[in-house]
Amino acid sequence: MTLVPLVTGAEVAYWICGPIMILAAVAMVLFRKAVYSALSLALVMVNLAIIYASQDASFLFVVQIIVYTGAVMMLFLFVVMLVGVDVSESLVEKIKGHTIASVLAGVGLFILLAVALGRGLVTGAVGVEAANAKFGGNVQGLAALLFGPYVLAFEATSALLITAAVGAMVLAHGERLSPKLDQKARAAARIEDFVTNGVHPGPRPNSGVYARHNAIASPALLPDGTVSEESVSAVLVRRSGLADADSLVAPAKAAFASLDAVQGDSEEDR
Amino acid sequence: MNPSYYVILAAILFTIGIVGFLVRKNALVVFMSVELMLNSCNLLFVTFSRVWGNLAGQAMSFFVMVVAAAEVVVGLSIIVMIYRARRSASVDNASLLKF
Repeated sequence: MTLVPLVTGAEVAYWICGPIMILAAVAMVLFRKAVYSALSLALVMVNLAIIYASQDASFLFVVQIIVYTGAVMMLFLFVVMLVGVDVSESLVEKIKGHTIASVLAGVGLFILLAVALGRGLVTGAVGVEAANAKFGGNVQGLAALLFGPYVLAFEATSALLITAAVGAMVLAHGERLSPKLDQKARAAARIEDFVTNGVHPGPRPNSGVYARHNAIASPALLPDGTVSEESVSAVLVRRSGLADADSLVAPAKAAFASLDAVQGDSEEDR
Repeated sequence: MNPSYYVILAAILFTIGIVGFLVRKNALVVFMSVELMLNSCNLLFVTFSRVWGNLAGQAMSFFVMVVAAAEVVVGLSIIVMIYRARRSASVDNASLLKF
């Protein structure tokens, strides 16, 4: 009699990956931000791949990681980046009691599934070792199936993938709504703006050059000592605001003041 | 290991996918829930392939992955298109076809 209960690798994988998968799936539904949802779904898929490996499906283990976690989930992350990470989801229910009804429907479906599956529970498993060994391995066995009885379906999937790629390109291609402005048209628009609104048609002023700063974020000063807002890019102004002109000028002023003081002393000595 | 454990795990994942599909309003998360359901079905395919000692289940799982990849490509480009037109990825806002 063995003291340690007989535990197989498949059981270890199941009891480690199963709970992680369920937690990550629940987290995917509960996370407010789509990025977190995508990452927890990737976690579910990696754990699922481990469970495939523990069930002697080595080809699907690799494909699950490469295709699902590597390609599909990264596509999701790209689209989250395009669509905006901070798209906030309104918590207002359009239909009253929608969330509760949905959760109840989910629980009902689970009970239905559990009862239906409980009736047809299977206890023993033949195992795919024999099927794998028939052609010398899991990949070879799947290849014999895909290029044998399922070769038509396999060819159809290639047509499907090409159609999907073309469809995505057609759908994601944005038509230009207005004609592209060339240099001539832009120059004409500038002069038009000058004639009607009096906007200066020439280039904008440089950013300011100070004793200690000449970054593009430091604004230039006008002859009367005020800040010229045009001298700094509008994007920088929106991000961090205009720098305070007094603090930029202060070091130069202090240096001049100390110079004047030294000059005054030497004049007194003379 | 008893295959019914895997069946129960697949049922739980499928249920979570259904609930996420019904509850969430962000089109992307709704789509991810669909992916979760597809994955749970793949788990069933692989499990029953082991139960019957037949690789056909794994071949089916492979086809499901191919179809899912194609579906994700088209679906995500539709979401991007809707976002471009309406500046929103919420499924509640796309209500032009509502009677």
